[in-house]
Amino acid sequence: MAGAVFGMLLLFVFINFGSLTIKSEVSHLDEEQIFSTSKVSTEEEHQNQVSDTNFHHHRDTLQDEERTDPAELWTSPESRSQQYETPLVESHVEEGRQNEAPATRNGLAESGQPPKVNDRFQEELVIRPLLSGDVYSSFQFRTRWDTDLLNKQKKVSHFRLFPKSLGQVISKFSIRELHISFTQGFWRTQQWGPPFLPAPPGVELWVWFEHTVQDVDRSWKELTSVLSGIFCASLNFIDSTNTIQPSASFKPLGVANVTDQRFLRYAVLPREVVCTENLTPWKKLLPCDSKAGLAVLLKSEKLFHSSFHSQAVHIQPICQDLQCKKTSWELRQTLSVVFDLHATGQSKREWSLFKMFSRTLTEPCPLASTSKVYVDITETSKGDDLIEVAPAVTLQMQAVVLGDRRKYMVYDLMTPEPYGSLRSLNILLKWKLQDSEEMLPPILHAERYVGGYGLQTGEIHTLIYNNHPFRAFPILLMESVPWYLRLYIHTLSVISKGRENKPSYIHYRPSKDRQYPHLLEMLVQLPPNSITKVTVQFERALLKWTEYPPDPNHGFYVSSSVLSAQVPSAVALDANHTTEEPLFTNLFPIMEESSYFMRVYTEPLLVNLPTPDFSMPYNVICLTCTVVAVGYGSLYNLLTRTFQVEEPSAGLAKRIANVIRRLRGVPPL
Amino acid sequence: MKGGSKSKVPVSIWCGHQLLEVLQCISSSWTGPDLSVLAVRCYPTLPPRYLQVPGHFWGMALALTLRSNRSQTCSIPLTINTKSITPEKQRGKYAALSIAAMVIVVGLPLWWKTTETYRASLPYSQISELDTLQLQLTMEVDVIFTKGTLTAEQQNKVPMSQTQENYYKMNDKTGLRYRYEMKYRTATVMEDSALRMESVQEADVSLSQLNESPSGSLVIYVIPETSGLLPDGINVYMGIYRTAILRTSLHKEAKMEELLSVIGPKILRIIQTVTFTNNDIKASMSDRVPTGKFTKESLADSMRAFKSSYEITFSLLNPDPKSHDLHWDIEEAVDKYIQPFLDKLSGVANFSVDSQILYYAILGVTPRYDKTISSYTLSAESLPHVINPVEARLGSNAASSNPVLNFLLYVPDYPHCPLYIKDQNGATVQSNAFHSPRWGGIMVYNVNEKYLDNNRFPVQVNIDTVRVMEVFLAQLRLLLGVQLAYVPDDFLMESPANQGLTDWELDRFLWLRTLENIATATTTLTSLAQLLDEIGNIVIYDKIASQVYNAVISVQAAIAELEAGNLGFAFQSSKEAILASEKAFFDPSLLHLLYFPDDQKFAIYIPLFLPMSVPILLSLLKIAKEFRERRNMAKKKD
Repeated sequence: MAGAVFGMLLLFVFINFGSLTIKSEVSHLDEEQIFSTSKVSTEEEHQNQVSDTNFHHHRDTLQDEERTDPAELWTSPESRSQQYETPLVESHVEEGRQNEAPATRNGLAESGQPPKVNDRFQEELVIRPLLSGDVYSSFQFRTRWDTDLLNKQKKVSHFRLFPKSLGQVISKFSIRELHISFTQGFWRTQQWGPPFLPAPPGVELWVWFEHTVQDVDRSWKELTSVLSGIFCASLNFIDSTNTIQPSASFKPLGVANVTDQRFLRYAVLPREVVCTENLTPWKKLLPCDSKAGLAVLLKSEKLFHSSFHSQAVHIQPICQDLQCKKTSWELRQTLSVVFDLHATGQSKREWSLFKMFSRTLTEPCPLASTSKVYVDITETSKGDDLIEVAPAVTLQMQAVVLGDRRKYMVYDLMTPEPYGSLRSLNILLKWKLQDSEEMLPPILHAERYVGGYGLQTGEIHTLIYNNHPFRAFPILLMESVPWYLRLYIHTLSVISKGRENKPSYIHYRPSKDRQYPHLLEMLVQLPPNSITKVTVQFERALLKWTEYPPDPNHGFYVSSSVLSAQVPSAVALDANHTTEEPLFTNLFPIMEESSYFMRVYTEPLLVNLPTPDFSMPYNVICLTCTVVAVGYGSLYNLLTRTFQVEEPSAGLAKRIANVIRRLRGVPPL
Repeated sequence: MKGGSKSKVPVSIWCGHQLLEVLQCISSSWTGPDLSVLAVRCYPTLPPRYLQVPGHFWGMALALTLRSNRSQTCSIPLTINTKSITPEKQRGKYAALSIAAMVIVVGLPLWWKTTETYRASLPYSQISELDTLQLQLTMEVDVIFTKGTLTAEQQNKVPMSQTQENYYKMNDKTGLRYRYEMKYRTATVMEDSALRMESVQEADVSLSQLNESPSGSLVIYVIPETSGLLPDGINVYMGIYRTAILRTSLHKEAKMEELLSVIGPKILRIIQTVTFTNNDIKASMSDRVPTGKFTKESLADSMRAFKSSYEITFSLLNPDPKSHDLHWDIEEAVDKYIQPFLDKLSGVANFSVDSQILYYAILGVTPRYDKTISSYTLSAESLPHVINPVEARLGSNAASSNPVLNFLLYVPDYPHCPLYIKDQNGATVQSNAFHSPRWGGIMVYNVNEKYLDNNRFPVQVNIDTVRVMEVFLAQLRLLLGVQLAYVPDDFLMESPANQGLTDWELDRFLWLRTLENIATATTTLTSLAQLLDEIGNIVIYDKIASQVYNAVISVQAAIAELEAGNLGFAFQSSKEAILASEKAFFDPSLLHLLYFPDDQKFAIYIPLFLPMSVPILLSLLKIAKEFRERRNMAKKKD
């Protein structure tokens, strides 16, 4: 517990101080912080009153951390990877500011008796300029509701901030966790680094059902059709042929009392095209719709004019307090978009909110308890001043995100202080250098392609890169291949550095034609600084002619394979920072965030299957009928006609001869 | 010529070169006079082709009359055995016949069976019987004369019971017969004492305890004119149970028959007011009997095609969360005001209630500023445009497909405060609410002015749920069709207090719904039967057939129960009938019509069936022809 708390509390505040002096005090300041926090929370419990969301938020995260036992090593990626949004120390700062100038929320609280609300809404936007010149923007909207949606005795039916449609779905289908993502485009890990929340192209849906559910398959079927209605997507194409039950790759992210894979369903539709009609219902789930707050930036004509767009909904139960006797429901709606330097930015390394979204920010959503914009200024602060951010604000924070120490400039929309002369906030990012800089390769990434020739057999190659100079780490590789590619599992080979690398765990479920797909999960140890190649051969099956999609020559998609890994942190690589910290803090090389959870999706594959000529059936019918008719005709004649010997009529030669003979006057033959 | 001569046919042959051949054949076996000239006549019955056949074929018995060139006629008895048709030819004939027989006996049924659509049998005759509907509604009415209304002499002559029948013909195929079974008696002592209570409400309660009246019946107490139980100007009191109190003066000297004829119309008036009128019936049976005009009160307000479950959704629309911070304790309000009402109706339908708060949800109409009342107004004409933009935000219930009744509470945004709804006449609507049939209701809730003086935003507003729920409950009653259309002046209706619904209102509701269900179920069944009858390609599975059977049986049961006067059972049966009939009608399997357009069918059949059937048909024709010829020949011979 202490270790976990220590790990997560290493967040720093910069308020006009020299970074060096503050940093040296941080670790012990953190200790105080922990105590004061827990004290406040106990007091709060006595009063049974909920006042400041930040503390609660903090406690959730603590709880998430605490819950993470080693057996569930893979299960809590989000709680770790999204630490950047739990700026604990900052809450301290905020309090201070509130004392000076009471914020609107406080003003409200004074004016009347605030009725007890048990749901909260937070919104934030992270903008990260990428080294390639593109800009990555990630929105996150979080609704938390302290209630039990699964209570059978007393049905929860009154909704405030939590969207009614999703709440009803959860209680009707007894869902423990639901994760759905809609993605257009492919995240280029090599150019862009790891995303906050990875997602495969197309639609990905995975759901943990409550263990009380009797017929999981039926609930899953109904759920997909209901969700396809809610999100206007073709989720109804999810059936048993593309649904799998991963044994290890997808563990519950929230409070879980079930880890039995029987209650897990996972499906990907790589072919699904994500567009406006999916964004509109997604926006409707937000309490403020897209009328106020950060969501005003979500204009579909801009969002889809980008090289990567991913929107997701994650619903999971989380602990309400440290004891975790009660659970709350958390809805996280995330939307990530990468704007292309050349397509959107006219090849100019200069970005602004207006240029990206054709809107600026004016006010927070009135229902939100926090509303912040973070701008990644890590590159700027490294000294070479690569990117200039305007308007500059004093509030900065640092966080370790995905194994990397990042620095953020924080714009808090809740504070009435206007940014610049206008009442609107238009953040400007300007590169000083116009040529792109090479990025360090990400520690873990993967590629996949189809090999082989002809239409009978083929090979799936998966290349997994470990770019860490000296650390080996295990990854969990999950492949789901449709039944019409018949995997030859005996040809499976895993080769690292020219040598065979035997997986320590293999879970394989062979496919059954027209019933379920192949599922292959392997735990592979990646040697440091290596490329591991996983190869497996397959045979292409012939489909029935009605099973082909309308455009069969386009090819058939095979969903992305999923790599789940505990990746050693890049922070540990950084040798320079030791000079900034007291020597006693790093006697051992294991430091804060020595490793972090990461999920990597490979490219989906497009495989051609032998495609027949579709006018064939009618031709076949006609041809067969003709053959049958001819055969029948001869048989019929044989059976019914009578035969007799007939005088052989004169042959052609004889007749011609006779004609000639007649001409000559000679008697015919 | 060999073989016995069985039949001889004289033939004269006069055809061209064909005859030569024949004659050659004949002559080869004939040792008669020289044949150089001859006249030949051909019988039409023997086509030349029989003669074409080479010499060894003797298909017919022939007798040739030959004439020599010397004009000498000689008759040559040409005797041919008719039985001598070669066995080869005979076998071919049999083969052709047996193939044809096989095709007809095996092939055709097989083809028919394999291409047939499965159609379970339906009770068509029973459904067509339901097309003409003669309903009889039986209602038991207890008329109780209390002390002081009748003289002792009159009391002795009180008849036990009396039946009154009315016939109401709706159209050619639908008719209704009301049958009121009046039971007269005098009040018991306890009833008399109950009626002497202080207030009429108390009397109502204690009377209901004394008299357990079944669903669908009515008890009318006749009290003397002098009684002070009812306030002045009120002659009829209707309690919250099934009890009515009628105050009337009766002549002491009048005969019983006269009395009854005086009191009869009054009782009938009570019955019609608290149960149903012809117009109500017409409205509820509008599925069967199309009404020419769409009267707003009767038709539009009623919830047609009553379903078995409803979702009731309360939505609080806050278009301006920056100015108003709204709170409503909807959970308590629903438990207190809506749930008792729904519990009362729980036998009729299942209800589920939920609520949500929608922010930044605006009405589709910009309100106009009215200077006279210094507030914003929505005119009645613009109300239809209000709903659509809001509805996009409401969202449907994802977890069920039951019909939804929406109740929206709209708190106008700060710049448009206060907002009032104006009716057609331009007067502001008292409740500041309106409803849309089958959709739900909208109420505009203006934030109290005193909040707005305070310039700190957002203003904390706790919504007065009592005020809101009063309106919504009234709208809900209207939408479900429980509301009474018309109350005469001298009637006093006890308000249902907490329950939201009185017993007699429930009865009235059940009567109308039962009739409506029967009407809808019968029309559904008839149109389904008609549809299935007309389109032969529709597959009818057993599942659908059993639903149809169920529906028919339930309709018949409902009609029978109505006749017997058991309202509760009648309603349950009619509900089953409508559920089963709708289920059958909307079953998706009916859409899987086996679509084989004729042109495609033939395109596939022709390559196989044409080459196969042509030889069979031809040989059959040939055989038939031969057979006919032989028969003709045999006739001729005779």
